[in-house]
Amino acid sequence: MAEVLVVTSGKGGVGKTTSTAALGAALAQTGQSVCVVDFDVGLRNLDLVMGAERRVVYDLINVVQGDANLNQALIRDKRIDSLSLLPASQTRDKDALTAEGVERVIGELKNRFDWIICDSPAGIERGAYFAMRHADLAVIVTNPEVSSVRDSDRIIGLLDSKTEKAERGEVMEKLLLLTRYSPERAERGDMLKVEDVLEILSISLLGIIPESPEVLKASNLGSPVTLANPISAPSRAYLDAARRLRGETVPMTVPTERKGFLGNLFGRRAA
Amino acid sequence: MSVLKFFTRRSSAPAARERLQLLLAHERAVFGRTDLVAVLQDEILAVIAKHVAIDPDKVRVKMDRQDTFATLEVDIEIRSPSAGGLKMAG
Repeated sequence: MAEVLVVTSGKGGVGKTTSTAALGAALAQTGQSVCVVDFDVGLRNLDLVMGAERRVVYDLINVVQGDANLNQALIRDKRIDSLSLLPASQTRDKDALTAEGVERVIGELKNRFDWIICDSPAGIERGAYFAMRHADLAVIVTNPEVSSVRDSDRIIGLLDSKTEKAERGEVMEKLLLLTRYSPERAERGDMLKVEDVLEILSISLLGIIPESPEVLKASNLGSPVTLANPISAPSRAYLDAARRLRGETVPMTVPTERKGFLGNLFGRRAA
Repeated sequence: MSVLKFFTRRSSAPAARERLQLLLAHERAVFGRTDLVAVLQDEILAVIAKHVAIDPDKVRVKMDRQDTFATLEVDIEIRSPSAGGLKMAG
């Protein structure tokens, strides 16, 4: 049975697209078939982060409006066979998304993949609404920072009222993915701690992604971080999160970079 | 002075936590459901319509938010008895 997952946050720039690419690749790395869908119509970026920007011919809007079929629009990842991308349109307006069209496309994707991961645009308007509309579960990407936490709270309210699942009277499962986390700064008292954010939002925790230069390096190269450098700290955090999504019990840790021999000698900083 | 500052330096995360808790408690109550006003309007109307004939188009529900409190204003025009009048309760 296919699972439809929405990656959302309300606030922009917190790591939705990075996390969609990383979780999608991580799930595919465990052997699942995965389709990542970009709902950010007009401002697409998932193609770029995945390194598929030059392979886009047809997009979500073309399929929604019946101008192309899924086979024409889906882009299969060159590194992992079981990972595909359905890009957003760069030229069209988000008003081109229709309720019936989105429902049909999600239905077709569910017949083909184990996981459909919908990358939501920022904000709470049409694109975000359609990205969450058919979700079975939601990953809320949040930075340990006041404006991000506030916007996540708002999105949680919408997930509990505006989705198909909520309208059927069912409870939407909501999981926190805390990104750009710095254990040192949280320990010093200069950053909200994991427990603070969990308590304020009162949802369960999917994973903690440490702040890391590896994330930027991976996007520079057009690769999900879990493929660009699988042993880096953020990659291990995403890979753990993907295993949790599959129902495995994985101890919750904040991975740190493994330093080599020289790193151990010279790389230690006084905390 | 800088040494004194160093020792009296207070961490900022507790302030963030406190501000968020206060703000969100308020926002959840007022805006927690984006369709709260519509829901209130329907439910208030249903209760009143049980006893009094009202025109659904002549109802105004307005929510206003102040710094420390929010107000809910409900304005309902009730038809004169000759135009329908009081219905039997039940």
